[in-house]
Amino acid sequence: MTAAAKTVLSAQEMGRTLARMAHEITEKNPDCSQIILAGIITRGVPLARRLADKLKIITGVDVPCGSLDITFYRDDIQSKGPDLNAGRTDISHDINGKTLILVDDVLFTGRSIRAAIDAVMDIGRPGRIQLAVLLDRGHRELPIRPDYIGKNIPTARGERVRVKLSETDGEDLVVVEGA
Amino acid sequence: METVEKKFRGRHLLQIADLTADEIMGLLNTAYKFKDVSEREIKKVPTLRGKTIVNLFYEPSTRTRTSFEIAGKRLSADVINISTSSSSVSKGETFKDTVLNIAAMKPDAIVVRHGSPGAPAYAARIAGCSVINGGDGANAHPTQALLDLMTIHEKKGTVENLKAAIVGDILHSRVARSNINALKMFGAEVTVCAPPTLLPHGVKALGVKVTHDIREAVADKDVVMMLRIQTERMQQGLFPSLREYSEHFCLSAKVLKSARPDVLIMHPGPINRGVEIASDVADGPYSLILSQVTHGVAMRMAVLYLLCGGAES
Repeated sequence: MTAAAKTVLSAQEMGRTLARMAHEITEKNPDCSQIILAGIITRGVPLARRLADKLKIITGVDVPCGSLDITFYRDDIQSKGPDLNAGRTDISHDINGKTLILVDDVLFTGRSIRAAIDAVMDIGRPGRIQLAVLLDRGHRELPIRPDYIGKNIPTARGERVRVKLSETDGEDLVVVEGA
Repeated sequence: METVEKKFRGRHLLQIADLTADEIMGLLNTAYKFKDVSEREIKKVPTLRGKTIVNLFYEPSTRTRTSFEIAGKRLSADVINISTSSSSVSKGETFKDTVLNIAAMKPDAIVVRHGSPGAPAYAARIAGCSVINGGDGANAHPTQALLDLMTIHEKKGTVENLKAAIVGDILHSRVARSNINALKMFGAEVTVCAPPTLLPHGVKALGVKVTHDIREAVADKDVVMMLRIQTERMQQGLFPSLREYSEHFCLSAKVLKSARPDVLIMHPGPINRGVEIASDVADGPYSLILSQVTHGVAMRMAVLYLLCGGAES
């Protein structure tokens, strides 16, 4: 960790934050059986899984949970070039007519979410799409607004938000690193 | 650090040796994702929107041309097919002029199939865009070898250290050459089997074992690849008759008894039933012939994505 790194979410805070987000999801969606969670690869996937676990505890409903890869839908393929490490989109439930909640770790420019919405539309026609993000760091470049926000963190454009999750990184922690 | 993908941009795919083992594994990973796309109701991703791909085919083809076309379209590229019979080639235009004229229309990639070995390499030197070898004479057919690797990988879970046999007209087969190179890159032990007249001189220099006995060839192999007799490329009789050839080299149910119970039977097509492969074997449970065709689309999507996805720096 660099000297400039600042912790913005501890493991304990992350757990409480996700629990609150799950409650907000149930408030907005009284019938949880109509929800499908889609985690955006990579770190959106374990976050979606955790929200599903919390929704099960709150409502007793097993909310289906899948993964969404947006590699082939990105708008920066031209500048960044092809990526041969695409993950697998795996949403086995029929999403037609359902409320699909996109889950991601950090919302920044909004471009990933634009790509994710397009990717979803190519696998079905959900009744509505909602967006849940653990962190909103601002600097939007597209008209995208999340429905559920874990924490708003003001950042400078050049700063880096590092999200660590126990499933992918061995610990739960969010830090902001200086530019 | 230079990534695999960055190195690849603006390059050509003329032969397997143009790729590293890491790049091939990346292509396999990507091709599986594109296979998923082909199984959806909306079989299309916007990845190569605005790109133009030209299929320039100087030899007949069903699978390769169609699968490059479908692959390009499923990536949202515009695909144009040029076959020599309906183009100015029939008016005497040279290969060079045809390539230069197509290149002047600014495509992002040209897929070239030609009877002469080296034609795609020549096109690559003059075209100013990516060139993909769609099969050149008896030289190379790299996308076929890649889709074959994918087919093996899907069944075996690995492409490392396999024991493979390639049986049939090795002499005229670009598929054999590309597959030998690809399989050996991953440590395979490859045996080729054919009558002596259908083996190229110095075939052992490719690092393969040679046998003339199909039973010996298929015994103990993970993979058996059958090849068609390319009568259209034969000027003189290299064997007495097709019937006699099939007596000795046809993969029949009887021959298959010498093989392992988990053997994979492959064939790049078109198959000649009853000549190099018996109908019941081609349609049988070990046969992956149609799965190879399915993987052809997915793998060619991966190759096009790698070559056309991203501007040259």
